[in-house]
Amino acid sequence: MAEPAQGALKPSHDGRRRWRPQWTAKMALIPAMTITIVCFYGFIIWTFVISLTRSRLLPVYKFTGFDQYIRLFANERWWTAMQNLAIHGCLFIGGCVVFGYLLAILIDRGIKAEGMFRTIFMLPLSMSFIVTGVIWQWVMNPGLGLQDAVRELGWTTFEFNWIVRQDRSIYTLAIAGVWQQVGLCMALFLAGLRNIDPNIWKASRVDGIPVWRVYFHIVTPMMRTVFFTVFILMSAIVMKAFDLVVALTGGGPGFSSDLPARFVVDHILNRQELGLGAAGAFVLLCTVIAVISPYIHFELRKERGGRGH
Amino acid sequence: MNGVELRGVTKAYSGLTVMENINLEIEDGAFLVLLGPSGCGKSTLLNMIAGLEPVTDGSIHIAGRDVTALEPDERDIAMVFQSYALYPTMSVRRNIGFGLKMRGMPKADIDNRVGEIGELLQISPLLDRKPSQLSGGQQQRVAIGRALVREPSVFLFDEPLSNLDAKLRADMRVELKRLHERLGRTIVYVTHDQIEAMTLATRVVVLDKGHIQQADTPENVYRRPANRFVASFVGAPTMNFMDGKLVQYGDGIAFDGGMGQLPMAGLPAKARDLIGQSITLGARPEHLMFDDTGVNARVLLAEPTGPDQYVRLTVAGTEVTARTGPEQQFKSGGDARIMVDGARVSLFDPQSGRAML
Amino acid sequence: MRYNKIALYGLLCVAAVLILAPVFIMVSTSLKSMDEIRNGSIFTLPVDPGFGAWGKAWFGDCAKTLGEKCGGLSSSFLTSVKIVIPALFLSVGLGAVTGYTLAVWKMKGANIMFAALLVGMFIPPQVTLYPLIIMVRELGIFGSIPGLVLVHVIWGVAFTTMMFRNFFKTVPQDLLKAARIDGAGFWPLFWYVMLPLSLPILGVAMILQFTYIWNDFLLGLTFGGRSGQPMTVALNNLVGSQFGEKEYNVNMAATMLTALPTLAVYLLSGRLFVRGIAAGAVKG
Repeated sequence: MAEPAQGALKPSHDGRRRWRPQWTAKMALIPAMTITIVCFYGFIIWTFVISLTRSRLLPVYKFTGFDQYIRLFANERWWTAMQNLAIHGCLFIGGCVVFGYLLAILIDRGIKAEGMFRTIFMLPLSMSFIVTGVIWQWVMNPGLGLQDAVRELGWTTFEFNWIVRQDRSIYTLAIAGVWQQVGLCMALFLAGLRNIDPNIWKASRVDGIPVWRVYFHIVTPMMRTVFFTVFILMSAIVMKAFDLVVALTGGGPGFSSDLPARFVVDHILNRQELGLGAAGAFVLLCTVIAVISPYIHFELRKERGGRGH
Repeated sequence: MNGVELRGVTKAYSGLTVMENINLEIEDGAFLVLLGPSGCGKSTLLNMIAGLEPVTDGSIHIAGRDVTALEPDERDIAMVFQSYALYPTMSVRRNIGFGLKMRGMPKADIDNRVGEIGELLQISPLLDRKPSQLSGGQQQRVAIGRALVREPSVFLFDEPLSNLDAKLRADMRVELKRLHERLGRTIVYVTHDQIEAMTLATRVVVLDKGHIQQADTPENVYRRPANRFVASFVGAPTMNFMDGKLVQYGDGIAFDGGMGQLPMAGLPAKARDLIGQSITLGARPEHLMFDDTGVNARVLLAEPTGPDQYVRLTVAGTEVTARTGPEQQFKSGGDARIMVDGARVSLFDPQSGRAML
Repeated sequence: MRYNKIALYGLLCVAAVLILAPVFIMVSTSLKSMDEIRNGSIFTLPVDPGFGAWGKAWFGDCAKTLGEKCGGLSSSFLTSVKIVIPALFLSVGLGAVTGYTLAVWKMKGANIMFAALLVGMFIPPQVTLYPLIIMVRELGIFGSIPGLVLVHVIWGVAFTTMMFRNFFKTVPQDLLKAARIDGAGFWPLFWYVMLPLSLPILGVAMILQFTYIWNDFLLGLTFGGRSGQPMTVALNNLVGSQFGEKEYNVNMAATMLTALPTLAVYLLSGRLFVRGIAAGAVKG
């Protein structure tokens, strides 16, 4: 693309105009710009348009207004999925934040073999949600898994069959999810803790403040933005959660552990309810936007502040 | 002719004009120093000469050629940066040769030229090292080498010595001066350090708030500052200013600033025209002398610096600094009498700040 | 003081055991026979470890499947490799060039475009899934490896661009000016100056993109069709579609095989992964 520019790189003492690198730069942005405009924003609009039609197997552009949304909100499975999203979201984010922060604090206490512990805690992160789901499906297998193993140890009344119980299966998602993502939260919190001015620790030691109080009253409030970031990232993961449900519970028993992301894919790919799936997708997108817009705002403001220098 | 000429150069950022109608002619072989406080526009001006920032209006000519619309590499210039800006991933050899390579010079020729530059700057043993393995002074030499190798018409220096420690800075100053004498090329040099300006320049341009305050030889900038800004910016400790007016004093002229009449022997005859007018007297510390015939002053503090001492005094409520030899003893709170060397002082218009002689 | 230390290491060890237990269960189950699984506990070590289940997972079990294929993971492993390698280089390469352009070449709208990309990273893939299917189908590469490579590049470019752009923003302005004066245009500046500078970030982006693409499920499921099934999809099918009694040892062996490449990259890259995950955490 810039080959003509290469040839013209010698000083043009005749003052002839040459191919300017700024033009090459503009061209270099074309692929990414096309992707952004067409594949991100264009396709969002397209999906929205489909959600306004009666499309089933294939898109038909006969508009029915917000009928698909009315159908969606009357759909019991959708509400189960949304309710599950709320339950799973709270447990997953809460679990990741609490355990991730605790692990980060433990590691931050100046331990030996820090590298080893960090590697262990982040190990599940390198595995896919499918792998995680399959492993935990086996661990929570009521017949031969954890329940059976504990009973064999002598606790014969022990019960852990959540994965096959309609009223409990949604909680198993959080267990597997936290197991996989807690390392990411730990890494982010640890980076935040390492950023804290060491003089704070010196000062608090001089003042004789107990360590837990320093963490609770001084360090944690200083980590506001890290908590904020972790919350946003985990929310984004929760709302996209698809693979894990598929592999762990398959949305079941019945639809008891279904999530909106799975609802959408299922209706678009398998159920020939394109319009309804598109409506679900669009509602999901609105939920995501509602959660992340403060974050985007924050990032861009940081950016603008940075450019002032 | 390898000079630089700026004609009516104007710079505006989104409607805000930071530099207006700058006209400057830099003759071939000059060592021109752009001197000014931070934010005065000196770096912007240098970047515009380099072509790194576009001009809003006006034109720039290098070696008789209008380069206003040309890219930096077409302008026949080379530049040395404050941070040296060496390419961290390249060896010294490749750093110096990079500009030649970009111009399509054959590899053998590049190696020859880099070798010569290495000899000239005494960095031959360093050629295969990475910049991170060099000291600050060595990095500086490489940065200069990168500029020299291109043999441009004009060299641009952007505060090149600011990151060096005091001792090294003094050595490099001498070396730069020698280099200029040897090459005879035009140099445009930006600094906020007046010592660098005074020692290196054949011509100093003092800038403030986007305007040229004075463009002259270093001696004249020091001795005959064009206005109060130049007078106070150049020279350390800074020039003393006293408001008052000139009065007839016998045959001669005296300055009356409320402390009694301060005779000013040696003031040029032209100053007679100013008698009776309000003026600001500008006197450098070395223009004040301790003399029993002078006016009363009170000693605040004496600061010995080794070769001499600076005495802080109040004269009629105005605080001034005088320079004197180290042998005289002063007591804080004691009295002294001071005189002014009328032949060397400056007189400024209190309103406009312009020099009146 | 000493008790504190004991409690500290105690807690860390408990956490490490909890994290490692499922991994241990996976490995040990995969080495057991089905009889041992039925009679023993998931916590016990295999009495008579063997790789029989691994063989079945890799080559398939022809007795249990209908038709000509035996259903092993070996063919989908190959598919995954064929997807990952081009998708990895294309998405990282495009991200590097785009990030460099946005960071270095001051252009109107560069920040708006960056913000648009940043937001794009949070869009759930489900939202654009169907239009993407139509596009890939229209291009005639649906259900093939090129189609999957394309969607992976589309979904990866926001993330890689962000990593490179944020890195290149930290390069001192003087260095860029020096390069312009030396006559380096758009591509020479990228190739000779910026890319060598960004080697660490390049490594991080490669590792993370490898992990993300290898671990992807939704795109593989949607765009792979029958011939372009990546390993995650094959694993899910294998686990979900056995006849008769489930062979947990084979399932675990298959899981292990699917996890091994990313696990290996993680363990070998060590600190680079940790650094990258913190820097590029925005990707979900």
